[in-house]
Amino acid sequence: MIKISYPSIEKIERNLVEAIRIAVTVLPEDVRKGLEKALSEERDELSKKMLKAIITNVKVAEEEGIPICQDTGIITYYVKVGTKFPYLSKIYDILRNATIKATKEVPLRPNAVDVITGINSGNNVGINVPHIDVTIASDNNELEVIVFPKGGGSETPSICKVLTPWQGIREVIRTVLNSIARYGINACPPLVIGIGIGGTFEVAARLAKRALLRGVGKRSNNEAIAELEMKILDLVNRLEIGPLGMGGKVTALDVHIEVAHRHPATLAMALCTSCWALRRAVMRVYSDGSIEIAPYTGL
Amino acid sequence: MMGERILSTPIELNEIIRVKVGDVLYVNGIIVTARDAAHKRIIRYCKEGKRLPLNLKGLVIMHAGPIVVHKEGQWVIKSIGPTSSYRMEPYMADVIKITGIRMIIGKGVMGRSTMEACRKYGAIYAIYPGGTAALATKCIVRVIDVKWLDLGIPEALWILEVRMFGPLFVAIDAKGNNFFERRLKRVENNLLTLQKELELIPDTCSISEIIEC
Repeated sequence: MIKISYPSIEKIERNLVEAIRIAVTVLPEDVRKGLEKALSEERDELSKKMLKAIITNVKVAEEEGIPICQDTGIITYYVKVGTKFPYLSKIYDILRNATIKATKEVPLRPNAVDVITGINSGNNVGINVPHIDVTIASDNNELEVIVFPKGGGSETPSICKVLTPWQGIREVIRTVLNSIARYGINACPPLVIGIGIGGTFEVAARLAKRALLRGVGKRSNNEAIAELEMKILDLVNRLEIGPLGMGGKVTALDVHIEVAHRHPATLAMALCTSCWALRRAVMRVYSDGSIEIAPYTGL
Repeated sequence: MMGERILSTPIELNEIIRVKVGDVLYVNGIIVTARDAAHKRIIRYCKEGKRLPLNLKGLVIMHAGPIVVHKEGQWVIKSIGPTSSYRMEPYMADVIKITGIRMIIGKGVMGRSTMEACRKYGAIYAIYPGGTAALATKCIVRVIDVKWLDLGIPEALWILEVRMFGPLFVAIDAKGNNFFERRLKRVENNLLTLQKELELIPDTCSISEIIEC
């Protein structure tokens, strides 16, 4: 019989801190390729200058271990865990402790502020943050944690509302275009756009954010949805906001849509925008006890 | 025509009025960071007749909330980059008037009241490419001092010595030109075209009103 030496809680926490470090200093390959493609398509001199600065910045950040952007965001953790994972009841503690340690060691900018007093907790942990989204995956003892820090500036175009069904997909398109046109400039374009359609109010919002986990350049498996993604991408780019608002062809690197069946009386929708610095990393603990940490290039 | 120039602090009025929208600048000297809370406090101090903790005349305010650590008795900037400047729009004109700064560094749109204060008092607004904090961090020579640390690290006034800080793109000049006024008009027209083409109900709010705020 092979004896499996499963990692300790401390070891998992330590690896998670490193995953957070990777998330804020190394831009995933899919996003990097998206930015390089944008540079090859862009004709406007000023916009090219901005994209070149962005691409150089990504390189320097990785080489020197400097956070890509000083706004290391509020972190959402997407956790997939097997029912036989030995520290099932400790998952929340592990994630909160790793966040506190990473804030000190990476370091991250403290970004958790009390909504009434305005007091910053100083360690990125506070009421309901970091947000932890847990899925029970299977019968095994494995753990996957996707680290998804998201900056404040890119949140402003985001929106969530419940439409009536007769307003249809047209109203979804209208809402997205209006919001990007009004608030896109300040959100550090080229953006990656996540859209959630259907479900309920909060289901649509969660789907919109989760859509940003899909790799830049990857289309939905559903043909009709894939077509809608390409249509919205084309429309958003025709707004000509361009890299950092300087004008040009590339306002968004990609559009991802996730859906849920809707209630007969409602059509919920949400828009979640990411700045060009779409940062994500993953830590996986396998059943043989080995641990992997890497930038997360998407589903 | 785009011009590139290097400015050193303190910046004189006759230097700043030569700078035009579209110019690319690099700054040598002193930059002071300030976000929402610091802007509010500058205005409150002025109303209450209190002295500011430093003389900002001729210097540069950067809208930024850096990551800073205290190491062996020294403050070290780990990462710094611009924050969205529109949040400071309600305070900016007063801050320009009170402090006598010659330049604001930030990102994104700034509006009409900032533009008017820039014209009246001789200042400019320049943007640093948003999100490119690794590059900006390398232009920081040292932390000279910090004031108002009680506001928290991101909100404090960090007084920084910088070398060739840039590229900075001039978005508002001292003559009252605002690059983003034209840009927003263009985006608004594009939106109208798309709405017509798709037969969508037009948006009731104008995009240009962002500038008016």
